[in-house]
Amino acid sequence: MALQSKHLLGLEGVSREDITSILDAGLSFKEILNRPIPKVPTLRHVTVVNAFFENSTRTRISFELAEKRLSADVVNFSGSSSSVSKGETLIDTIRNLEAMKIDIVVMRHPLPGAPQLLARYCDSKVVNAGDGAHEHPTQALLDMMTLREVRGEFDGLRVTLVGDISHSRVAISNIYGLQTMGAKVAVCGPPTLIPRHLERLGVTVYTDLDEAIRNSDVLNVLRIQMERQDQGLFPSIREYHALYGINRERLNSAGASKDLVIMHPGPINRGVELDADIADGPQSVILQQVTNGVAVRMAVLFLLAGGNNELE
Amino acid sequence: MDKVKARIMDAADIKRTIMRLAHEIVERNHGVKNLGIVGIRTRGDHLARRVFEAVKSIEGEPLGIGVLDITLYRDDFRIRKTGPGVQITDIPFDMDETTVVLVDDVLYTGRTSRAALDALMDYGRPGRVQLAVLVDRGHRELPIKADFVGKNIPTAPGEEVLVHLKEEDKVDEVVLVETAGKE
Repeated sequence: MALQSKHLLGLEGVSREDITSILDAGLSFKEILNRPIPKVPTLRHVTVVNAFFENSTRTRISFELAEKRLSADVVNFSGSSSSVSKGETLIDTIRNLEAMKIDIVVMRHPLPGAPQLLARYCDSKVVNAGDGAHEHPTQALLDMMTLREVRGEFDGLRVTLVGDISHSRVAISNIYGLQTMGAKVAVCGPPTLIPRHLERLGVTVYTDLDEAIRNSDVLNVLRIQMERQDQGLFPSIREYHALYGINRERLNSAGASKDLVIMHPGPINRGVELDADIADGPQSVILQQVTNGVAVRMAVLFLLAGGNNELE
Repeated sequence: MDKVKARIMDAADIKRTIMRLAHEIVERNHGVKNLGIVGIRTRGDHLARRVFEAVKSIEGEPLGIGVLDITLYRDDFRIRKTGPGVQITDIPFDMDETTVVLVDDVLYTGRTSRAALDALMDYGRPGRVQLAVLVDRGHRELPIKADFVGKNIPTAPGEEVLVHLKEEDKVDEVVLVETAGKE
């Protein structure tokens, strides 16, 4: 039951058994969230530091709730208000925290690979809460937990990630995780937002949204980062919406399956990548994703903390 | 492998014992009104279902049957090497002001029962909680006592009582085994 991995740095290379353990445990933890007293005493002995060197609302709150529901002690700090702004290195910062006896570090960092670096130099368990454009494993796990709830099996399930793939850590983690579990992953977006050689990962690449819609059981619609527009990667928000925006008419005219599942990792730019009629419609599982985020993060923390105590 | 020293109960013994426990539960509680039965995963769950059916055949249907997973409430979470995976607790009836009979297979140190009581209190406020076990093997580490006991089996250090049930182990029996210094 204990995980093979000591940390959760990404989903690349994480085994099917480990992912299954996390998703199974996530389902049990979801039940806790619906109890009259939604809290268990399990991680009373564990102290977690949420180190966010980049802005985040949803992920940080989701992690903090997961930690509190498990009765862990929680310390939060953000890059801007910490000694990092005084020039301290990342490793020094975390080593100082460790000297105060902590067990798990949940970190978001703008630089890809920062959690790997941390894992190498500190004794705590490290959970990656997003590192640059690299990975965001808990987001992919909550997406997978939601998909398993609505579709049951991953084998042969056709999941298409739509939007800005180049800058998306959500996309990369989903590709690794879903492929490990047996799903068929595709991406769709303007060529300027799709990394070259992505086919090498075994991913189908669509530039035509209609074709992608026709060949998908699930669309995971990614957020268009408005700040990217200055880089000239697509002509205008209006044009992006016309070519890659998802709305009812588009799904109908493209011949979407009536069971098509719509996901979005949030925050949504309504009327850009996703219209309100779909985001709030019956095919959308967006709020279920948010609930599952807390459950799956509880599962990750619980399983990592359990592994911490192996009596080898 | 653990060495089996004695077979203490067979399928017929277990069946008779469950029927007696059911009678005692009904007698003590003056019927089944306001009575819920909750099994502690995994074998306590199967036993609870059998007790539930037995009670039903004697007196009519109790309020409900539930199952409790106590993995997250254990006090040895920090020191156990492996354990059962955490599973779902499901108590489909409102426990407030009811009498809940907790069912487990073996009462030993009392730590499982302690964890089960904590877990139960997070779901509601039962009016009364009673404990029914198939086997009491002694060696308590906490001040906990069962209300209904199938069989008292005094054990020595190095011995363990294993309850096997059809639902998990293909056979109904209670055996005493030697654990060869595992503890």
